[in-house]
Amino acid sequence: MEQLVFDPRILMASLYVFALAAFLGYQIISRVPPLLHTPLMSATNALSAISVVGAIVVAGRHNESSISTWLGFIAVISASINVIGGFLITDRMLKMFKREIPAKPGDKKGNSK
Amino acid sequence: MNIYIEFCYLAASILFVFGLKGLTHPDSARRGMLLAAAGMTAAIVGTLFNPEIVTREWIWIGLLIGGSIGAVMSIWMPMTAMPERTALSHAFGALAAALVGIAEYANHGAQMGTLKVGALGFEILLGCITFTGSLIAFGKLYGVVKGTPITFKGQNIFNMTLLAVMLGCFVYLVYDASAAAAFYIMMTLAFCFGVLLVVPIGSADMPVVMSLLNSYAGLAAAATGFVLGNNVLIIAGTLDGFSGFILSVLMCRAMNRSMKNVLFGAFGAVSETAVGAVTGTMREVSLEDVATQLAYAKHVVFVPGYGMATAQAQYAVRELANLLEGRGVGVKFGIHPVAGRMPGHMNVLLAEANVPYSLLYEMDQINPDLPQTDVAVVIGANDVVNPDARDNPRSPIAGMPIIEVDRARSVVVLKRGNGKGFSGLDNPLFFKPVTGMLYGDAKSSLTSLTQAVQEV
Repeated sequence: MEQLVFDPRILMASLYVFALAAFLGYQIISRVPPLLHTPLMSATNALSAISVVGAIVVAGRHNESSISTWLGFIAVISASINVIGGFLITDRMLKMFKREIPAKPGDKKGNSK
Repeated sequence: MNIYIEFCYLAASILFVFGLKGLTHPDSARRGMLLAAAGMTAAIVGTLFNPEIVTREWIWIGLLIGGSIGAVMSIWMPMTAMPERTALSHAFGALAAALVGIAEYANHGAQMGTLKVGALGFEILLGCITFTGSLIAFGKLYGVVKGTPITFKGQNIFNMTLLAVMLGCFVYLVYDASAAAAFYIMMTLAFCFGVLLVVPIGSADMPVVMSLLNSYAGLAAAATGFVLGNNVLIIAGTLDGFSGFILSVLMCRAMNRSMKNVLFGAFGAVSETAVGAVTGTMREVSLEDVATQLAYAKHVVFVPGYGMATAQAQYAVRELANLLEGRGVGVKFGIHPVAGRMPGHMNVLLAEANVPYSLLYEMDQINPDLPQTDVAVVIGANDVVNPDARDNPRSPIAGMPIIEVDRARSVVVLKRGNGKGFSGLDNPLFFKPVTGMLYGDAKSSLTSLTQAVQEV
């Protein structure tokens, strides 16, 4: 499936995808308020762990040397740390952002920490 | 090409975009992240059906180990450690991209076409540099590596030579893909270059460095996408790359410095020479004094900085703010974009302590309010409230936008001791007649203040 030499048509298509994604990213990200910049960073970090997709293939395919399998295995581990960790911690952060704190009783609960 | 797998990737890409779109507002953010996570699941499940895969046990074991480490880290990591965690996760993400690239080359690098090996080179360079760079950033934030800029004689020349050799290997590799030596030398130098790139950068500049590493990690993933001919990698990686890039530009603007200056300026070293010493006396104020001021004020603005994070004072601030609000005092928080060690650091800490985000104001929103503010309380912030940035064109931070607490009727600075800030600059704010210094650990000062206000 994977080609070792770039078919010019595929290269051009990839460059289109890249350019459009860059434009889209710029449009969306510049609308994220500074309030959410930390969650944004950890969310995009989780997204870039999409390299897990490449790592899975490398770890599972037939490789000419077993070193490649090992490298793929380590890559799967480190990418999946980011996939799970990134999404969980982003959610944990976002859960904390509240516009108003509901009255006083709910507030007392927060005190216990 | 398996059409079902491609559809999984397409769905993932669309979900990622919707996920990020959700982050443009706090109310839709969690739902957005759920969509993004669903997209990630779709991409992973789709990949498992890739016909190239012959054995799956290593994949499962890897996913299991990585997933558990990630889960453990995210559940028990305290919010104050967020910058360290983020630096570490940039390292993991970049490592994954770099390793995939190395494995690709080891497998069939010699037969690769020119453009393919070029994309692979980018992946390796970005991945390796980001990996070691992020580890150093982590070390600096965690305190195992010295936070001040580490410099040595001829550093820039040394780095430039290294960079030149590295790029030379890259060019040679593109010319002759079978030159394994060039590949491995390039890889090793990239690992070294990552260290050298971050070592001379001071802790106070971390927000820029973090954003930049974020960007590189994303671009490494995008380059992986080019190598593997996989669009979802290109899309997700590019979104991440641009997010990091925009953040680093915003952070640089908030410090009125160019990217070049942050990366190669070795800030701390310069500042020693440029400023004349500020003279005068600092006025120390007593706890009771401050408590009375706060209790009878109409408007109070809290300005947190990295000191609030180190003292874990966010809960104590919230207590005090609640008490004051209960007495009818208007309370606001003024957040500078580069306060803390990563973009948005202060917002997360205050949110953790249950401060509603309607009380959090950005720098441009809070500055017009400050002249009508009775008391501005600076909690462990220094450079972001340094009036020299506005008044003294010779200051190294001249032109950096600041939160103008010195325009308030009265300023209270909570500070551990009378030392200098992280940038090593004198802060004339501390010597102004409106300013009172309250020394001590921010958390205990705030707790005592809360008690004192109750007794007023």
